[in-house]
Amino acid sequence: MTAKPKIVVGLGTCGIAAGGREIYNAIEKALTENNIDAELTQTGCIGACENEVLVDIAKPGQPRISYGKVTEEKIGEVVTNHLLHDKIDREFALGKIGEGELSAEYDDLPYFFTDLPFYEKQVRLCLRNCGFINPEKIDEYVERDGYQALKQVITEMKPEEVVEVIKSSGLRGRGGGGFSTGMKWQFTMNAVGDKKYVVCNADEGDPGAFMDRSILEGDPHSVMEGMAIAGYAVGADEGYIYCRAEYPLAVNRLKMAIEQAKEKNFLGDNIFGTDFSFNLKVKEGAGAFVCGEETALLMSIEGKRGMPRPRPPFPANEGLFGKPTCLNNVETFANVPVVILDGPEKFASIGTEGSKGTKVFALTGSINRTGLAEVPMGITLEEVVYDVAGGIIDDGKFKAVQAGGPSGGCIPEDLLHLPIDYDSLTEAGAMMGSGGLVVMGEDTCMVDIARYFLSFTQIESCGKCTPCREGTKRMLEILERIVAGEGKPDDIEKLKTLGEAISATALCGLGQTAPNPVLTTLRYFQEEYEQHIFDKRCVAGICVDLMFYLIDAELCNGCGRCRKACPVSAISGDKKEVHVIDKETCIKCGVCVEKCKQEAISLQS
Amino acid sequence: MTKVNVTINGQPVEAEAGMTILEAAQLAGIDVPTFCYDPQLFGAGACRICVVEVENARNLPASCVTPIWEGMVINTESEKVVQARKANLSLLLANHPLDCLTCEKSGECKLQDYCYKYGVTESDFVGDVKDFPLEESNPFFERDMNKCILCGKCVQVCHEINGAGAIDYAFRGFASTISPAFGEPVENSPCVFCGMCTDICPVGALTPKLSKFKGRAWEINKVKTICPYCGTGCAIDLHVKGNEVVGASGNREGLANKGHVCVKGHYGWDFIHSPDRLTKPLIKKDGKFEEASWEEALSLVADKFKAAGAEGLAGLSSARCTNEDNYLFQKLLRVMGSNSVDHCARL
Repeated sequence: MTAKPKIVVGLGTCGIAAGGREIYNAIEKALTENNIDAELTQTGCIGACENEVLVDIAKPGQPRISYGKVTEEKIGEVVTNHLLHDKIDREFALGKIGEGELSAEYDDLPYFFTDLPFYEKQVRLCLRNCGFINPEKIDEYVERDGYQALKQVITEMKPEEVVEVIKSSGLRGRGGGGFSTGMKWQFTMNAVGDKKYVVCNADEGDPGAFMDRSILEGDPHSVMEGMAIAGYAVGADEGYIYCRAEYPLAVNRLKMAIEQAKEKNFLGDNIFGTDFSFNLKVKEGAGAFVCGEETALLMSIEGKRGMPRPRPPFPANEGLFGKPTCLNNVETFANVPVVILDGPEKFASIGTEGSKGTKVFALTGSINRTGLAEVPMGITLEEVVYDVAGGIIDDGKFKAVQAGGPSGGCIPEDLLHLPIDYDSLTEAGAMMGSGGLVVMGEDTCMVDIARYFLSFTQIESCGKCTPCREGTKRMLEILERIVAGEGKPDDIEKLKTLGEAISATALCGLGQTAPNPVLTTLRYFQEEYEQHIFDKRCVAGICVDLMFYLIDAELCNGCGRCRKACPVSAISGDKKEVHVIDKETCIKCGVCVEKCKQEAISLQS
Repeated sequence: MTKVNVTINGQPVEAEAGMTILEAAQLAGIDVPTFCYDPQLFGAGACRICVVEVENARNLPASCVTPIWEGMVINTESEKVVQARKANLSLLLANHPLDCLTCEKSGECKLQDYCYKYGVTESDFVGDVKDFPLEESNPFFERDMNKCILCGKCVQVCHEINGAGAIDYAFRGFASTISPAFGEPVENSPCVFCGMCTDICPVGALTPKLSKFKGRAWEINKVKTICPYCGTGCAIDLHVKGNEVVGASGNREGLANKGHVCVKGHYGWDFIHSPDRLTKPLIKKDGKFEEASWEEALSLVADKFKAAGAEGLAGLSSARCTNEDNYLFQKLLRVMGSNSVDHCARL
């Protein structure tokens, strides 16, 4: 059979949201209409979200060309030009992947992974298959050494040896805590129990984080393979993937992947003809953020209300249904086959002394290149923000980066030199978290950001412990007061005292870290709080209650449109004379701005 | 049992391996405040009032769920601990009605006791407060969720000891509350009204109706007795004010029940002072009951037994009697020549 050209459409949630399915249909139509025999398939997110929808076209013997931001109208033309006339549309072409013959006129096309600034500094271990395989076809995973690590482990290694390999790789939990994965496996292996479980935490809930979703959607098998390896190492024959129900595509692909893996006997009884059996189930979360906390997650799988319980006992000893349980997150498990196949030494050669390997980050906020990036540990925040993410949009000025979601903290510009590793980020008051990086420019109000994160943690507090349930509420109320211009002189002190008390006394990780966004913004941006409280000013221009509308006397021609439109008669002025707005009466509805043809009215702080 | 040596507030304490900090402190006679702790329940670690300072620990761990280890140095009243407890109390107080003047729990309320101990006179935080309607539609107790501090002991006792599982946490964040499923009143839930939740509640959120406005905590004399309702032999405390029984609760020293009670043993005491209660035997004469002496009444019964003969005699015993009572009762019937003995529980 002669090889056919291959067209791959990025159909992760991001691709679909950007119109990937319509593009897919348009390509299908173009192929039929032009009688082109080509393989049309799909893949998960390759990371370059800002360029969605992404379509890759590869002709046999030629490098694969990646097209970005393709449109439904133009994609047919792009495909036919490429496949019938070997013409690459430069409007959409991002770069080439792999080697092969290509007309010399395209020599200048950059190589996707090595030349594009977004990818230049990335090291793709976890995301090695994302964007390459069709996640709904197990054969494509197998072709890329899929399940080879599991085979090697269960046919050639003893459980103790597996644990040793993971330990020596230096792999630490990617869910945020950063606990040694090998140690966790060892504890579970050594725990006494007639039944043990492996559980994957796929309850990714941080606002702005989508690392785990992309892995589950793009490469579910590598997570499952990692879990099966863990099962062999710790002596478990059953596993659960706790995935949030808000990720329907991930849930579907996981369920599909489990069925396919069972058919191939990579899951099920007597895997690879050995005594080892391992089965997997998907348990969908019901929307509580706190279920990302491991003990709450286990409660939820058991069918109880997801609420954290004290540790010890740790899940390794008493976990799911009271049995020893090895619990890791998606990215951690996805790293496991890499560690096994490449060897722990190679894995440990990447990263820093204390943090080995890579970390996947979801880059969002006021940056030029949003998306999913896998970078080696130890890279600086500056490199990620400027080199990978392309700096602040519209050449704006950087203000802070929020690392680690609602549990993390805001890191200011003068700490951008910090290397990304578990310990440095914790020292700065933030945390690695699961990998969300929200980059903020000058137009961000840090008090308002703190208020936003507190409102999130307050709603998501499980209600069990006093400091988190009641404390975050009072912190939120203080912050709401400050952004409304009603801050009191002792509010900063109250926030600090209360924040520290909550951190020191709350039951679980959610509560202990909930004050972080407030404490770090107070640590690095206290003057902004003071401006809000004492000067009643919000320099970023975000807090509406602290803003006022002003008519520029130079520009106002006294037409009276604003005066007539004002619903509360706050504007006065004679005809053809400069008008003025009474700040006390104004309700800041903004109607005057819309009505003014001279653009004389603006919001001031 | 392996011994573990710890230091609490500078005092060396020899405790047993597996004990929590709280248990070790109690062993040494050191009082640590608790809301959610109860030795009969699984450690919840929810209220965080029992936090203590442990040398080299990152945070202030909850003493009720933190196990001790050899050489552990603990301070239960350090400045940091006291500050944290004050903050905790201040947070609870900000969301708790201050109607202690008429609250049934006043005098034995833990929130009151600890605010007194730590000098928390008012909350540092003013803001939203809970606003739940008072639930009083059942005959036995009132649920005032505005007073609830969400220690969760009522939930635990209902699930872990009674097994009814009638209530649980509902909602999240500041809106969290304890509720039967779907916010229904408790009588529409699997609740069997054992009332152990009212016994265990550290504040005035759950209070028995029987005792309402019948006396202050310090006026009540708790009299230990055995519940007469059935043969189990539960130890209970009758709450007595003056010469009146105004309530009851389980007594934890009871070997048969360890403080657990059922609806009857807990709430079935209004008959004691009921005007309808029989205090003297009555004999029906000419279709009307008339008071009689015990001698008169017993003689009448004996005459009737004689007249009926063994064949005409049957005995019906009661579940309220002990096994021994029932044994003697059937023995009596057989001596009188009848084998017709039965028991009300078969009805």
